[in-house]
Amino acid sequence: MNSRRRAIVLAAGLVLLAAVPPVAALANQPFYLDLVRRVMIFAIAALSLNLILGYGGMISFGHAAYLGVGAYAVGVLAHYGINNGYLQWALAIGASALVALAIGAVSIRTSGVYFIMITLAFTQMLYYLGISIEEYGGDDGMRLQVKSQFPGLIDLNDANSFYYLVLAILVLALFLGQRLVDSRFGMVIRAAKSNEVRTRSIGFSPYPYRLAAFVIAGAVCGLAGALLVNHTAYLTPEFMNWTRSGELMFMVILGGMASIAGPVLGAFALLLVEDALSGWTQHWQLILGPLLVLSVLFLRRGLAGLLFGKNE
Amino acid sequence: MNRTLLEVRGLRKSFGALLASDDVDLEILEGETHAIIGPNGAGKTTLISQLAGNLLPDRGRVRFAGEDITALSAPARARRGFARSFQITSIYPDFTALENVMLAVQAHAGSSFRFWRPAREEASLRSPASAILEEVGLSGRGDVLAANLAHGEQRALEIATALATRPRLLLLDEPVAGMGVEETQRMIALLSSLKGGKTLILVEHDMDAVFSLADRISVLVYGRIIATGRPEEIRANSEVRRAYLGEEVAA
Amino acid sequence: MNFVLVLEQTLNGLQLGVMLFLMAAGLTLVFGIMNLVNLAHGSLYMVGAYLATYFYQATGSYPLGVLLGLAGTLVVGIAVEVLALRTLYEREHLDQVLATFGLILFFNELMAILWGRAAIYTTLPDYLSGHVELFAGLRYPLYRLVIIAVGLAVAGLLWFVVARTRLGMLIRAGASNRAMVAALGVNVRLLYTLVFGFGAALAGLAGLMSGPIHVVQPGMGELILIEVFVVIVIGGIGSIRGALAGALIVGMADTLGRAFVRPMLATVLSTTAADTAGPALSSMLIYLLMAIVLALKPQGLFPARS
Ligand SMILES: Nc1ncnc2c1ncn2[C@@H]1O[C@H](COP(=O)(O)OP(=O)(O)OP(=O)(O)O)[C@@H](O)[C@H]1O
Ligand SMILES: [Mg+2]
Repeated sequence: MNSRRRAIVLAAGLVLLAAVPPVAALANQPFYLDLVRRVMIFAIAALSLNLILGYGGMISFGHAAYLGVGAYAVGVLAHYGINNGYLQWALAIGASALVALAIGAVSIRTSGVYFIMITLAFTQMLYYLGISIEEYGGDDGMRLQVKSQFPGLIDLNDANSFYYLVLAILVLALFLGQRLVDSRFGMVIRAAKSNEVRTRSIGFSPYPYRLAAFVIAGAVCGLAGALLVNHTAYLTPEFMNWTRSGELMFMVILGGMASIAGPVLGAFALLLVEDALSGWTQHWQLILGPLLVLSVLFLRRGLAGLLFGKNE
Repeated sequence: MNRTLLEVRGLRKSFGALLASDDVDLEILEGETHAIIGPNGAGKTTLISQLAGNLLPDRGRVRFAGEDITALSAPARARRGFARSFQITSIYPDFTALENVMLAVQAHAGSSFRFWRPAREEASLRSPASAILEEVGLSGRGDVLAANLAHGEQRALEIATALATRPRLLLLDEPVAGMGVEETQRMIALLSSLKGGKTLILVEHDMDAVFSLADRISVLVYGRIIATGRPEEIRANSEVRRAYLGEEVAA
Repeated sequence: MNFVLVLEQTLNGLQLGVMLFLMAAGLTLVFGIMNLVNLAHGSLYMVGAYLATYFYQATGSYPLGVLLGLAGTLVVGIAVEVLALRTLYEREHLDQVLATFGLILFFNELMAILWGRAAIYTTLPDYLSGHVELFAGLRYPLYRLVIIAVGLAVAGLLWFVVARTRLGMLIRAGASNRAMVAALGVNVRLLYTLVFGFGAALAGLAGLMSGPIHVVQPGMGELILIEVFVVIVIGGIGSIRGALAGALIVGMADTLGRAFVRPMLATVLSTTAADTAGPALSSMLIYLLMAIVLALKPQGLFPARS
């Protein structure tokens, strides 16, 4: 019954998202196409964070790092005239997986507040690294002159095609994410979050599983980074700003950690509220801040809890 | 005479000034049920934790089936056949009873770096787990969230989890703690059905349980083992009576 | 690189270290005692800087500005504790992180509304500007020396309070056993508020002292906050001693790294390569240091509870 409700909500969401381009065209509001595409890209990033945060209990305050690494992989290759999208995106995924491996290898040895601070600190390190490289524009960043090219497959300059590609990747990520958390691997990750001592006592040493999850999450987020830089057509270290990591966490929490689709809801909620507030006053953060505090204090189960009903 | 399965030599652990394990020597024979008794704070849980690998001793050695395992972690010991239940129930409250047991089966059934197939659809995990749930008297409760089980059921579930790893050595820390009379009887019946088949180390305050189950008993007081022997020997041991059993047995 | 330059940069490192310590001490105390991860600690640093600047300009007296700035930060800190953070002590770290993140957005925007988004440059009164000739060849800014002296004095005072007074005893006891302190009949709520206010004042002090060196602007607190995290991770969380050690290490490493990594690279690499790699490497230095410390001692150099 519950899973049916969930399926209905998901299908409805999918139909709505698929309808955005024609509706935006009819209403002559291409802005909405842009907005929703951006939200979906962040939804992919938030979804990847939820794998380790919601299912794995690893409070990573540095997930924007992979958004940045993925974006830089594309931007830097383009800077040297390599516009092949397959290559760019493969590098985006591979490089962010590697960076996640390095950061995860150190930080997963710790736990609790240490983990929070360390993931934040390493991301800040990458942020400063981005700023310090003058060749790639330093803190100004640089334009992505040519979008990733997938000859014969898709043209990202076509707003609708790009939109549907992002939607397809989002749906794929949702599907694969669900497989992952239900699989043997996913069970171990969740078990280690639920009760680490018990998990060790039945014979699992959580470290390699957590590290693998961390790397997978980083890789997926790297792909989101590749999408993001194509979306903005601009590369900047701001992708890795620590507030971005905080926003990703908020998307996860707002949406609800206990389901794969939760962060998607969270991404929509946060970014649409941001968009509405910032259209209304330039001091929107004065309102958003306390709003976020209140949501932490009172909206404990997330939006997914409201929409999908109780879990299990 | 049975072989020695577990051999503990000179185990010592202190918490600040408190000596919780004071040169513990212990030999556990293959197939025996060995009870460890002692007053509150004697260091029983501390000893179990060091045996299971949850706590590192300050010094001393632990050998298991001939291998020195002193430096091995809890998971490594679990893979060699250790299983443990905790004094304070340790289960996955947000998993169903069946999932709790399936995870333990999974830990000993091939690689868990499998990402595609839903674990709950694996018959090779599901059917042994169901069988064990039935063995501990939880058949029909498999789909209930562990958090929603009654206290006695949770304790049984923890034993089921331990059994699901098909251990050679089962370390049970006060399995009947906090149970009613009926639940206690059921747990004792369950444990005696395991007796003989598996090697059991049983920490328990309930003397009925101890004397009906144990082949041998060790008495731990202030971190020291002051006596080890068959139940009747322990009952007769004057030092034990004085230090611990005293009135309880005399009455 | 000559001796004078090294000495000068070492003093700069000490000065940064002292600032980091003022921030880290409050943060680590609040964590050790209330088990609270407070990201908004950086906001208090910013509030201190703004208030002191404002009061200095309004009254024309620097000491009065400092005093009012400190008092103001104390009040803001206590208000934040009472209104928002108090409810978070029993919550998970994740909730604490997110809620205090929300507070940061709020404070940054509030400062922008009150004093604008542009950076504010503050001047020093004459008797604090100028240089002191430490010895022939080294003229060092007086103000930075004052910061070092104030920082070390506060460190000493902190040590005295924590090690020698009844309040300190409660703080130490509270850090290791909260229930016990409550059982002693101490008003734990009040103790928490006091400790938080105290930490806030320290952060405010760091902020207002940094004003004339850096610039005062919204968001200034977060940049130093993340460095303070590095300090705490290196030093060991919950430990004042660790905070001091970590702060000095990070302050030195960061300052000396920025001054000397590029010239040192230039001796082995080509100048252009050193110009590229130097800034990159020196900006990453303290984080790499943190990674190394973690690899060797995951609990930091001076773990509070072993
Ligand atoms: N992690 C620890 N840190 C400090 N002291 C500890 C720790 N664990 C146990 N102790 C102390 O060591 C002593 C032995 O504790 P332990 O739990 O092993 O006793 P026990 O025999 O299992 O007691 P009980 O019958 O109450 O379960 C006690 O005094 C306890 O307070
Ligand atoms: Mg015990």
